[in-house]
Amino acid sequence: MSSDQPFITDESQVVTETRDARMTGQGDRFNSRLREAFGSSPFILTKFDKFLNWCRGSSMFMLQFGIACCSIEMMHTYAVKHDLDRFGSGVPRASPRQADVMIVPGTIVSKFAPRMKRVYDQMPEPKFVVGMGSCTISGGPFQEGYNVIKGAEEVIPIDIHVPGCPPRPEALVYGVVKLQERVANGEASPVTVKPYELEEFSDLERDELVDKLADEIEDDELVMRYNFADSP
Amino acid sequence: MSLERPDTVDDGAVERTPDELEALLGDLVVDRDDHLNAPGFVIRPDTVQETLSILKEQAGYDHLSVVSAQEYENRYESIYHLKKFDDPTQEVSVVVPADKDNPVSESAEPVFRTADWHEREAYDLIGVEYDDHPDLRRILLPETWQGHPLSMDYDKDRPQIATLPEHANPLEEHHKDAESDTMFLNIGPHHPATHGVLHLKTTLDGEQVVDVEPDIGYLHRSEEQMAQNGTYRHQIMPYPDRWDYISAGLLNEWAYARAAEDLADIEVPEYAQVIRTMGAEMCRIAAHMLALATFALDINGDFTATFMYAINDRERVQNLLEDLTGQRLMFNYFRLGGVVWDLPEPREEFFSNTRDFLDQLPESIEEYHNLITSNEIFQMRTIDTGILPPEVAKNYGATGPVLRGSGVDYDLRRDDPYGYYDELDWDVITEDGCDNFSRLLVRMREVEESAKIIEQCVDLLEDWPEDERNIQANVPRTLRPDDDTEIYRAVEGAKGELGIYIRADGTDKPARFKIRSPCFSNLQTLPEMANGEYVPDVVAALGSLDIVLGEVDR
Repeated sequence: MSSDQPFITDESQVVTETRDARMTGQGDRFNSRLREAFGSSPFILTKFDKFLNWCRGSSMFMLQFGIACCSIEMMHTYAVKHDLDRFGSGVPRASPRQADVMIVPGTIVSKFAPRMKRVYDQMPEPKFVVGMGSCTISGGPFQEGYNVIKGAEEVIPIDIHVPGCPPRPEALVYGVVKLQERVANGEASPVTVKPYELEEFSDLERDELVDKLADEIEDDELVMRYNFADSP
Repeated sequence: MSLERPDTVDDGAVERTPDELEALLGDLVVDRDDHLNAPGFVIRPDTVQETLSILKEQAGYDHLSVVSAQEYENRYESIYHLKKFDDPTQEVSVVVPADKDNPVSESAEPVFRTADWHEREAYDLIGVEYDDHPDLRRILLPETWQGHPLSMDYDKDRPQIATLPEHANPLEEHHKDAESDTMFLNIGPHHPATHGVLHLKTTLDGEQVVDVEPDIGYLHRSEEQMAQNGTYRHQIMPYPDRWDYISAGLLNEWAYARAAEDLADIEVPEYAQVIRTMGAEMCRIAAHMLALATFALDINGDFTATFMYAINDRERVQNLLEDLTGQRLMFNYFRLGGVVWDLPEPREEFFSNTRDFLDQLPESIEEYHNLITSNEIFQMRTIDTGILPPEVAKNYGATGPVLRGSGVDYDLRRDDPYGYYDELDWDVITEDGCDNFSRLLVRMREVEESAKIIEQCVDLLEDWPEDERNIQANVPRTLRPDDDTEIYRAVEGAKGELGIYIRADGTDKPARFKIRSPCFSNLQTLPEMANGEYVPDVVAALGSLDIVLGEVDR
């Protein structure tokens, strides 16, 4: 080609596979390998629930939720190198109303537990929780702390526990993929009443503490009562 | 003793002997209670303001590092640790005993603005009450908490109630003041821009912020109690990693190591100091990279380019740190008297990996400058917003890049040398802009300085004779510092002056362990920077402060 003709003007010389496929009408842009594997029939036969669970497990929206040290490793899990998105579960949503999965990345303390419960309640069903790190299992290194809840499971139900302090990003990826497997198989932890629930102040059993606080707290205010003596 | 007291303000750099200071304070001093790091003057609880003003105005002690309170068998005690921004090696402690049955002491807030939060914390955790304090209520624990957890008679098994206060709908009628037409806006504690679990109670007048009140304590993990329950030798060291958890672990470990080593009189071998210096600066790079990443995220919403690039550089540093310490984030690498093990074998590989990282760093930084600092939109958002004048910053006890971004030349690595810093060639970075942009620029330029330090350390380590590689001093299995010795020591953490106050009681565990967290003081300046600005500027100012809630709340 001569140098005074930098662009190809002759249409017949521009041949790309994509254009070919489009011009021949029946392009195979939408035909994946999977489609070929089905053979001649464009239909698959499966149970509706199973199909839906497979969809759910293949596209999980995570709640963008940082608490403590583990959230740094969680950010690394979302970002380059580990890239959780490869497994179909890496879209952090800032609002709990758009999220399916909450990763609890850190220590839960008395002041935060009611907030976490509220955020969990705001997520639409079906929702799943990954407990990241030792603190969400038992309080971890801070278990003896006067202000620390001995595990996130005292407040909300947890499907997968990822141990470590903090777990490596690889471990978190493994945990999330395990959760996806469970969701795809239709398994989830039963939602049970946890020891620490949000309740109205007037519903608490009257005792010395409640009487003492009666002036400070309105009757219809939501409170969480911690019985530290009964904690594991 | 001179007959007349000097009326004029002295030059801050003039050093006075403890006896001269005692003479200056005159009758205010009831007794002497010297600490290992500084002379201590015991004063009456109703003369706090008078004493501190004299020390601030006439002797130049313009930096109130921390207020540490504690309970003894027969009294309560608040200690005001003062030093000078010009020369932080000049320190003085003001010890204020308070009555056991009625622990009331005068507040230092009118003299040092930073005392506000520090005294609230002392009230919350210990139970000392401060007269004349503008707003004395709990700061870390829920308002409905019963008892003061670090006081002596606290029963940690008693039940507690925490509330979930309904912050009423901001559009509701009663939130509008009839005359000023203000609106209440809640930011956090679960919000992507608050860098963790911080709650900002914001009052708006139209688009402008008239008041912002940080509400902290959502990550108060009883760090001080955990340290008081651990033995000096091994059980405390894992916790500092978790104060400032943005990979700044080694810097935090150094704070504890420095305080405890000075307390127990341990000499660290030179070789270990070089390794410490190198590791600590790697941590600083990692921490500043995350500050950069999240700041870009706050300002530009840039999750794809800058954030990813910065995380990528962090991964590189973390790989080096993992080679060195065996962990990605919680290193637990320092020991009292040295470090736990030598550099990884083969050493040549570690050195060449480190050099590779340092070689590509200028290119990365160039890229960040292209992406952020030379970005016009970014400049509009950050230049001349979030102004923090140097005098205000000092009054609030701000330190680290926040203070250096306001043009104050204060860096403990140079001014109060420890480790191997004074043998190496590097500069303290300051910027005069006092705005969000300056604070970011300070961090970015500090990364370059850290790289310089690491390079020199690598050179030193490479040539270190094989038979002189002593990584740990000979430290007894159990440390029992003498009864009633007290020390406050600080290092330059990633966010500023990270100090530890320890009181020993003759056992193998500290009787009082107080953490002076730079973020705690830095966060206090937020209202100064944000009031009168727009809502997005609050977010920018918060991002430029680069707080870590683990360190704010401890």
